[in-house]
Amino acid sequence: METKTKQLNRRSFIKISALAGGGILIGFYTENGLLAQQRGAAPPVTPINPNTYIKVHPDNTFTIVAKNPETGQGIRNSLPTIVADEFDVDWNQVKIEQSDRDDKYARDMGAPTVGQREGGSTATPQNYQPMRNVGATARAMMVAAAAKRWNVPAAELTTGSGVVTHTPSKRTATYASLAETALNMPVPELSTVKLKDPKDFKIIGKGTPGVDNFAIVTGKPAFSIDVNSPDMLFAVYEKCPVFGGKVMSANLDEIKKLPGVKHAFIVDAPPLRPAPAPGAPPAGPNVNWASGVAIVADNWWLANNARKSLKVVWDEGPVASQSSAGYLAQGKQLASTQASQTPAGGGPRSAKDGDAEAAFKTAAKIVEAEYSFPLLSHAPLEPQNSTAHYKDGKLEIWSPSQTPEIFNAAVPAGIPNSDVTFHLVRAGGGFGRRLYNEYDIEVSKIARLVSDERAKAGLPSVPVKLLWTREDDMRHDDYRPAGFHYFKAGLDASGKLMAFRDYVASHGSTSVIPANEFPRGHVANFWVSEGQITPYGIPTGALRAPGTNGVSFVMQSFIDEIAHAAGKDPLQYRLDLLANPTAPVPAFTQVSFGAPFNPQRAIGVLETVRDMSDWKNRRDKLPKGTGLGVAFQFAHSGYVAYVVEVAVTAEKKLKVNKVWSAIDIGSQTVNPTHATNLVQGGFIEAMSHMMAWEITIDQGRVVQSNFDKYQPTRMRNAPASIEVKFLKTDFTPTGLGEPSLPPAVPAISNAIFAATGIRIRSLPIVSQGYTWT
Amino acid sequence: MPYKLTVNGQSKTVDTPPDMPLLWVLRDVLNMKGTKFGCGIGQCGACTVQIGGQARRACQTQISAVNAPITTIEGLSADGSHPLQKAWLEVDVPQCGYCQAGQLMSAAALLASKPKPTDADIDQAMTGNVCRCGTYLRIREAIHLAANGGRKA
Repeated sequence: METKTKQLNRRSFIKISALAGGGILIGFYTENGLLAQQRGAAPPVTPINPNTYIKVHPDNTFTIVAKNPETGQGIRNSLPTIVADEFDVDWNQVKIEQSDRDDKYARDMGAPTVGQREGGSTATPQNYQPMRNVGATARAMMVAAAAKRWNVPAAELTTGSGVVTHTPSKRTATYASLAETALNMPVPELSTVKLKDPKDFKIIGKGTPGVDNFAIVTGKPAFSIDVNSPDMLFAVYEKCPVFGGKVMSANLDEIKKLPGVKHAFIVDAPPLRPAPAPGAPPAGPNVNWASGVAIVADNWWLANNARKSLKVVWDEGPVASQSSAGYLAQGKQLASTQASQTPAGGGPRSAKDGDAEAAFKTAAKIVEAEYSFPLLSHAPLEPQNSTAHYKDGKLEIWSPSQTPEIFNAAVPAGIPNSDVTFHLVRAGGGFGRRLYNEYDIEVSKIARLVSDERAKAGLPSVPVKLLWTREDDMRHDDYRPAGFHYFKAGLDASGKLMAFRDYVASHGSTSVIPANEFPRGHVANFWVSEGQITPYGIPTGALRAPGTNGVSFVMQSFIDEIAHAAGKDPLQYRLDLLANPTAPVPAFTQVSFGAPFNPQRAIGVLETVRDMSDWKNRRDKLPKGTGLGVAFQFAHSGYVAYVVEVAVTAEKKLKVNKVWSAIDIGSQTVNPTHATNLVQGGFIEAMSHMMAWEITIDQGRVVQSNFDKYQPTRMRNAPASIEVKFLKTDFTPTGLGEPSLPPAVPAISNAIFAATGIRIRSLPIVSQGYTWT
Repeated sequence: MPYKLTVNGQSKTVDTPPDMPLLWVLRDVLNMKGTKFGCGIGQCGACTVQIGGQARRACQTQISAVNAPITTIEGLSADGSHPLQKAWLEVDVPQCGYCQAGQLMSAAALLASKPKPTDADIDQAMTGNVCRCGTYLRIREAIHLAANGGRKA
């Protein structure tokens, strides 16, 4: 095989080689894009090792690698479409190949070691430019090959549909026919490679249906839960219902006698690891590794059935004394004793501009309100699962992870990272749940122990699939943290906002502290501070739009209260605040990955959604019991505004009639059909947050265990329409997984106020007597 | 115990306990992975199949209680030629896609009894099928598209 390698620039490399059976492979090394570099990402672990490739096949079809995990956000389409468009081939000439997890993808922001990660709506901003470079460079190679073959200037050549054309001499050549020539040519400098003018895009921005749609609608195995092998065994894993509890003993001998059961054993939790040095990537699993009992059987139903006979003696530990009621009481107590005190140190989780306390004394009007939102479980529809095969000291794993960390497999299996092969398999929803990979850890440990037991019995090793029940998933999540907000606002005689105060009682590291949140920078006196509820034994984590998914509800609802108190139109009141900054707002720390809040972009989405919904006319003409609500949010680099029309009966039966949304995610929406779907889905998810979702804790354990007590939005609740409009602005394209959710919640609650005069200050509203129509 | 089943027109014999749910017989005994596990209590509809033409929750149906031919997503058509499958592809319905097999099986049962359903009919028939990603508007659109013979209404 002939291979050439060329360094394109300090961080990009090309390697071109012949494929067995004809055709060529053009491999590129790309580092994650703009944001990673801005944040000073660590240099790649393995340099000069191509991680993104295009295969040119003899029949002039092409294979493009998809590197990131797919959980429904559509990245398996969107990154390859960027390559394909710049390469100038047709989408129907392209096949997609999902890559395994590999160190050569370097390190992603926010993830300790892996550059293939779904989280924070970061894949588009990080990869947009590198993927364009890949496609355009490959195209330049095809053009150079044709220029050489025909001995004509490259400038006279055009491309399209995987064909190079020389119009003056009416000659054409397919990329496939040029492949061998390209193989023997010098590869171009990146600085000489011309990118398309975005107006010439043929695939980007046009909409490509999901690449797995056919497999999905015909029932082909497409998901992690579908991974199969004829000799596979199936595992369940019983953990203590109280967080942090441990197994003391279990009736394993009885369990082993049950039908189909092949193995049953206790897995001890390892001692807690010391925290890594500041800045160093963690060397071990990123989540709690809970002790439990594994049951492994011939099929999953038999394994799970055996749990009915399982008797475990647990050491429940200290969390067993904690409850949701206790957390709320402590939040209220903190607010009453600490809210008037200035926290020591300040920092990103608290903020103070001007002197809110003094301003309140001179205000013509004071508005005060308490808000809260509960813990939430992610509840992706595919329950957590993972499959692993430990054989001869090596482990192969098939995982639905959003953060495929190799040490999650290596450490529990007791082998080095280099002995793990990690396959990324489509997941049935993520929403942040699959950032936390207990199931990868558990299955790797169980697969190792099963293989060891089988080896002792002279049996060959087999793959093991671990599958959690819905109950396992709802009781052992990393929950969206709850938040308790104590607001005070001061208005002058004209209704202008003079002073804004938010005291937040919360917990956990996934912040619900809106220190830099609007209206900061748009009110002269602003003060946010927090108190921590402790002890707090419930694991919390990122759920779609972490931070803003709860903060948007409280802030955008309280702004609405302020507008009402001022006697102003709530949409215009927001616009007036945005148009009159009082100070620059420091960059958000958690929700925007360093990007500053741009009030002009917020104004842009608000004005657009105002016009789409015909806000003023519609508002004036609504019948009794019907209301229009508005909210906007800056979340994960994107700007989203909603207007929602609801109808509410005297019996508190609620119907969302119509929804309008305006989105600003920059200069390019890569795949508008999926992007629209994500916005509509974000709204539908917000309806679940609004109406019904709440995780409560009693005696250290989760009360809800399945969808009967955690009702998702259903077809009959869905609005008649959700109009979606993407603005085209001059900013770098950013992601869309997260931004569409947060402002949908307050847009609905503000509409309920408009319809009824009743202000929604805590979620979910089913506990306040509301139901869907 | 041995049970004789007709699945997508083919005769199958399986040897399982009588209380094994059809879902797990399909998935782990017959290795037909199209039918999905979501909740195990009949709340989400991911496991929807048709038994004797009726939409049923396979997780709530014990194998010993199956008394009519079964159709699964694999039997709707293997080549994607069923009008609903074509409509789902045309409208680009899925996000994660995990619920869609169940959605399609409920929709197919609906169209068999009501070839031209209204929005209210769709809401009624489809409300037992959860889409966690929230693709309901596209599901509605795709059902109407299929009911209109693939033409936009």
